[in-house]
Amino acid sequence: MHVKDAPDGYGIVSRLFHWLMAIAIFGLFGLGWWMVELDYYSPYYVSAPNLHRSVGILLFIALLARIFWRCLNIKPDDADLTAMERMASRFVHIGFYPLLIALSISGYLISTPGGRAIDVFGLFSVPSIVQQKGLEDSAGWVHWALAYGVIALAVVHTAGALKHHFIDKGSSLMRMWSGPQRPN
Amino acid sequence: MTLRFASLAALALSFVMSVPAGAADYEIDSKGAHASINFRVKHLGYSWLVGRFDTFTGSFSYDNKAIDKSSVKVEIDTASVNTNHAERDKHLRSADFLDVVKFPKVTFVSKSVTPAGDGKATIVGDLTLRGVTKEVSIAAVGIGGGDDPWGGVRQGFEGTTKFTMADFGIPKDLGPASKEVELTLHVEGILK
Repeated sequence: MHVKDAPDGYGIVSRLFHWLMAIAIFGLFGLGWWMVELDYYSPYYVSAPNLHRSVGILLFIALLARIFWRCLNIKPDDADLTAMERMASRFVHIGFYPLLIALSISGYLISTPGGRAIDVFGLFSVPSIVQQKGLEDSAGWVHWALAYGVIALAVVHTAGALKHHFIDKGSSLMRMWSGPQRPN
Repeated sequence: MTLRFASLAALALSFVMSVPAGAADYEIDSKGAHASINFRVKHLGYSWLVGRFDTFTGSFSYDNKAIDKSSVKVEIDTASVNTNHAERDKHLRSADFLDVVKFPKVTFVSKSVTPAGDGKATIVGDLTLRGVTKEVSIAAVGIGGGDDPWGGVRQGFEGTTKFTMADFGIPKDLGPASKEVELTLHVEGILK
């Protein structure tokens, strides 16, 4: 099994990061979209935001670890892409990182500017750093807009991957799904 | 000698004239924070959730010999709502409750003050919240008043009123035990 990335595919660590974070990102989007409309007397009024905050913090930690891991690895070969496709794919890939970092920070700033910490599944808590009255309002708008931005980018990314797999008969999807084919 | 007497008389007269005749106007000391506007709403009917508005201004006119000539005016910044919980305050500022972008102010303007004896009075006036104006009645009580140690004159009161949130168009329903909000004003005015 390939742990690190190889020229013909991603190693197990990168693949786990990719698919688990994809699930978490879509899950958090759906959860967030649903939970803000909950009635005060819904049984999930307290637990849904708690879950959203906890998973969000873990996602942010995973994101930092993923960026670090990416720096340690070579980039799989993308010579089969046209110059245009390569530029678009790099733009989308690189675009996720600042968007997700800003999304995480804005979410953190909805919960913490009054001085309260974010409790993560009762395991640990992330303290408030910035305290400013009313910051939660602007952070809320930014978080909302960035969430849609990330999902839009994910849709573009998915469409590109599917087009490359089914129409261009490229190998990029399999590189991320089953990893490098050459033995170690 | 005559001249000296005349100037003394003029001085005495000017003192008499500087004594406020009738009602005197006071500025509510929000700058020095000797005033606060608090509210409470029942949480599920199990306890009181207490909050406050951090920013407001106001003035009143007060005459201890003719209480009924008194009047009061208060203007509250809705965005300054503070319940010691950032996420809840965000929700309170939203369209579910105060809708502070559309309705940045809550105002109260008195229409009548009726003495109720024992330092108490009933203040009836117009409360405007979310663009809806309704008459409310504030049960007021004088706390104290007189010279302060820094050359000013102060007068302090406490007043309480309550109203149903839905009457002012607040759309969020917090449940059967939490339809009303109690508003308490603690104000100290400085003589203008």
